[in-house]
Amino acid sequence: MDYEIPTDRRYAESHEWVLATDEEGVLRVGITDFAQDELGDIVFAELPREDETFDRGDQFAVVESIKAVSDIYLPVSGTIEAVNDAITDRPELINEDPHGEGWLVEIRTDEDVDHLLTADEYEDQI
Amino acid sequence: MSLRTPPLHQVHRDAGAEFTDFGGWEMPVSYAGISTEHAAVRDAVGIFDVSHMGEVEVRGPDATAVMDHLTTNAVTDLDPGDAQYSCILNEDGVIIDDTVIYRYPDEDEDAYLFVPNAGHGTQMTDRWSTHAASLDADVTIENRTEDLGLVAIQGPDAIGTVDAHARDSIADVGRFSMIRTTIGDVECLVARTGYTGEDGVEVFFDADRSQELWGTFDDVQPCGLGARDTLRLEAGLLLSGQDFDPETEPRTPLEAKLGFVVDDSKDDFVGKDALDGQAETGPEELIVGFHLNGRGVPRNGYELYRDDDHVGHVTSGTMSPTLSEPIALGYVDADHASTGTEIAVEVRGRRIPATIVGQRFLDSLGGEDGSEGDDGTGD
Repeated sequence: MDYEIPTDRRYAESHEWVLATDEEGVLRVGITDFAQDELGDIVFAELPREDETFDRGDQFAVVESIKAVSDIYLPVSGTIEAVNDAITDRPELINEDPHGEGWLVEIRTDEDVDHLLTADEYEDQI
Repeated sequence: MSLRTPPLHQVHRDAGAEFTDFGGWEMPVSYAGISTEHAAVRDAVGIFDVSHMGEVEVRGPDATAVMDHLTTNAVTDLDPGDAQYSCILNEDGVIIDDTVIYRYPDEDEDAYLFVPNAGHGTQMTDRWSTHAASLDADVTIENRTEDLGLVAIQGPDAIGTVDAHARDSIADVGRFSMIRTTIGDVECLVARTGYTGEDGVEVFFDADRSQELWGTFDDVQPCGLGARDTLRLEAGLLLSGQDFDPETEPRTPLEAKLGFVVDDSKDDFVGKDALDGQAETGPEELIVGFHLNGRGVPRNGYELYRDDDHVGHVTSGTMSPTLSEPIALGYVDADHASTGTEIAVEVRGRRIPATIVGQRFLDSLGGEDGSEGDDGTGD
């Protein structure tokens, strides 16, 4: 099975992606095409509130498919800047467009992403 | 532990199925996605490989007596070609299995086939043999799990789909009846039964002919156990090992609201005394269906509350693909089991309001479009 792995972002071993936004210090976070495919039909996402703070590696969200519950971990520490409200009503967006419309949160951080996997490295892992 | 695989395993693999361990068998969970397969069965037709289910054959002069002794429903009511849903209890009245019993349509002697849950074929064969010996009964009991294939073809278009390939019309076969016919060139027993809340059939055949039989329906959406689970839950049907289990969820038919498959007029069956005792006092807990009034998905093991009191737990839950609502089955204190009762389910530390509704969710939540539901699962 071929999965989409855009080269414009970094990846965590736990199948989250991180993408720089136009705003300095703010990163967008979602789950990968591989992760959404493994989960199957996603029916619910439990997201954090704006201004909540997390450490690197913290569980910050839960994504549920019909068959499974999955904890989602934050690849960098920081404060939740924005939450993708669209997936509250349409959690299937995570299946349909995991790297685009199906993003989960944006986080304000002073960390860089050098510790995360490149697209090539992530592809080798899955 | 290596898993047993059905004869169609490679066929499923080639079709891109994802697999899971189910009762010791490696079986398909889904092919095209649970939602797609679920919708196919509700709207049109889908086919399931359920060859992992057990099959046990009981025949001989005392076959009826042995079946009647070991199951809760009235086996004596069955004419040749009839089928019946029933429970198998231990001495404490606890359900150790649920099953459909078929009386073969065209045999001179009394002959039955019953279908224990996945992984229970050997256990049930042993149980029947032990009891038959203690009753000094003249029967032969054979575990046919390995040599019989079983598929379910379910959905509003199922009968037409099967009719197109069967020697005899299935349309005239009543609900819970079975005929012997051929599909393509394969000799089959075709029964108008199933566990999805839809019309349809289950087809038994020589396991060696599995590929031929399955291939006859290669234009029908293949469905995995994932869709089977969401379909049966919407219909309010119980899942062995989850909604009842002698080890982890010991329940009597009264607690599981399966009293309709217990024939009180029978003189005796294994578990009857215990059930009679419970019937006098009334069960302390009852299974209920409920839907969440907030966002979340109820799952097996989540706790249930009323006000601040702990009143029970979830045994099965899902986001209903048909109703787009979170629905669940669970056991609650009998005092809080009536329809309309407001409860809460604790999801990851938060209590989400829920309302007890009729457990046949398609009827109770589906409004005017709710299907009639003729499987006899009452509330």
